[in-house]
Amino acid sequence: MRHIISILLENEAGALSRVSGLFSARGYNIESLTVAPTEDESMSRMTIVTSGSEDVIEQITKQLNKLVEVVKVVDLFEAPHIERELMLIKVRAGPKDRDDLKRMSDIFRGRIIDVSEDTYTIELTGTGQKLDAFIEALGKTAILETARTGACGIARGQRVLRI
Amino acid sequence: MELSGAEILIKCLQAEKVEYVFGYPGGAVLFIYDELFKQNKVKHVLVRHEQGATHAADGYSRSSRKVGVALVTSGPGVTNAVTGIATAYMDSIPMVIITGQVPTHAIGLDAFQECDAIGITRPCVKHNFLVKDVKDLALTMKKAFYLATTGRPGPVLVDIPKDVTTDKCKFEYPETVSMRSYNPVVKGHPGQIKKAAQLLLEAKRPMVYAGGGVILSDASPQLTKLVKMLGFPCTNTLMGLGGFPATDKHFVGMLGMHGTYEANMAMQNCDVLVAIGARFDDRVIGDPAHFGQVPRKIIHIDIDPSSISKRVKVDVPIVGHVLDVLDDLISLIEAGKQRPEPKALNAWWEQIKLWRTKDCLRYDRKSKIIKPQYVLEKLYEITRGDAFITSDVGQHQMWAAQFYKFDKPRRWINSGGLGTMGFGLPAAMGVQLANPGASVVCVTGEASFQMCIQELSTCKQYRLPIKVVNLNNRYMGMVRQWQQFFHGNRYSESYMDALPDFVKLAESYGHVGISIEKPADVEPALKEAFKRTDELVFLDFITDQTENVYPMVGGGKGLTEMILAEEL
Repeated sequence: MRHIISILLENEAGALSRVSGLFSARGYNIESLTVAPTEDESMSRMTIVTSGSEDVIEQITKQLNKLVEVVKVVDLFEAPHIERELMLIKVRAGPKDRDDLKRMSDIFRGRIIDVSEDTYTIELTGTGQKLDAFIEALGKTAILETARTGACGIARGQRVLRI
Repeated sequence: MELSGAEILIKCLQAEKVEYVFGYPGGAVLFIYDELFKQNKVKHVLVRHEQGATHAADGYSRSSRKVGVALVTSGPGVTNAVTGIATAYMDSIPMVIITGQVPTHAIGLDAFQECDAIGITRPCVKHNFLVKDVKDLALTMKKAFYLATTGRPGPVLVDIPKDVTTDKCKFEYPETVSMRSYNPVVKGHPGQIKKAAQLLLEAKRPMVYAGGGVILSDASPQLTKLVKMLGFPCTNTLMGLGGFPATDKHFVGMLGMHGTYEANMAMQNCDVLVAIGARFDDRVIGDPAHFGQVPRKIIHIDIDPSSISKRVKVDVPIVGHVLDVLDDLISLIEAGKQRPEPKALNAWWEQIKLWRTKDCLRYDRKSKIIKPQYVLEKLYEITRGDAFITSDVGQHQMWAAQFYKFDKPRRWINSGGLGTMGFGLPAAMGVQLANPGASVVCVTGEASFQMCIQELSTCKQYRLPIKVVNLNNRYMGMVRQWQQFFHGNRYSESYMDALPDFVKLAESYGHVGISIEKPADVEPALKEAFKRTDELVFLDFITDQTENVYPMVGGGKGLTEMILAEEL
């Protein structure tokens, strides 16, 4: 089953490779991984989307907690949560396609953030599924390039991940 | 006053009361060696290969409760040390490894003797640090010793670029250290301990299964007390030997792949199992599905949450320091009136006695060729069970574990997790330095011994009177045994041809060598060796080539699917 694991870790060189090394060494799967410093510069927050049986997920969280630079680990799937991913997508936008593409982008609540003679670059946020749906709707021939951040997530309500 | 990084490093080691550093010099650590030269509090032991440095530091730590320290240079110094670091990591041994690194400005430029020490060792250390600024050095060293010794212990590596050893700053060694991301649990959860006590008291067929965690947390007195108080059978893992006295009537022997018949049967057939500082690994319980066929309640005490429910689901997990948890468990049971029901317990012991009659460790005592088991029995008698025994890896290791009855912890020093051939001799050096005057024996085989044979030279330099018991069967015995059992007697590359004359070899290093070919000569030779209290004696026992280790649970088999010695 798919899980989103949020990790607070020391913002130090090498911390990322400890986490990614753990996943590869123990054969855990990484669907996506995003990381950036938090409002407290000394700490980073990492979001890993992974999948596995309950036993595997339990081992993943335990092994992550064991890493010396990891401060806190939360499996967001244990409670209601929000998940978002950002995608930048560059599409072929010749004169006769432009209106269609604009409309499609509006339907998905995307924003066109760069325009050239025959391309549009669209910014789109949402769940991974929504981004997949947009790609599907555009069709492969229109797409020149995509850049996706991978999911990041946060718990709903008053639950917070901080020290 | 400002001190150089090298001076600071030595001051840190002194502050940590480090007695010995096992190491080998090289370009990146020259300033550190220069500072070592200028003082005499921290003694340096010059090994002949960096693997020897890490194993020696490891043996020193295992036998003394202190932190083993190794010092090696950058590049090949680090890569040679990796085997020893991984060995310590698998067995959770507290060590600090200091590695030289090329100067900070040269890192990443493929400089001479540069390697990514942090990257290479990351999967086999508890933690590692690259010190980029001399101002961070003292705190990093403090953290390294703190991390190595607390929680689940393990090796910690500190990589120091050469320019950091010459840069200067003010030195102040922190008294204490705390890390927000590292807070190991000590006390077990009282509710869980209560549940465990209740389960134990209600057990009809109880079993105590104790591992290396008991040794590491110095909890042998507590384990012994608990077992005797309850009258339960107790088994030790390979790593746990000596954690419970082997000559006590409650001891049913080691369990696992080469465990005793009674230990494995009791493990499988018990109704309540308490695992203490052990991790249900593949060499201990075999196939987890087979192990899980029998319903039983499992209590698991371990300091590392990730060890719990990793291979086997448990009913009552207790995360905490084994020593503290056992103290609490004992107090709780002592305070209550309830005791295990004697009738059920007696019936269980009767069953175990029946299993014991299999006499699973029997061997041919009338053999005209030396049986390795016989050598170990005699070794046990002559040393009165009081020696420190290190071993390499293979058949000799298993026979030593089966036939030398360890009554005290930290006497049995072997590479259990990683299974590192070549461990025995350098580890024995560390043991001997930590325990001057004690009898230290390295039980080895002719294949393993050749993997770190160069350390015979170190033994001469530091006058380490180790006794080497070489069970020489001219085969990689354990490999040959597997090939006999599981590969149709095809002895692919397991024969050691062109062996050296070990007696002459020992002599060439300045030691004493004795070759023993007849069973009648075993005892006199051992006695002769132990008379030479100030010399290393290499005893080359020419043993039966065809002898196998029994019982044996084949790889991936169930714990009770044992191959036993043929009827003699």
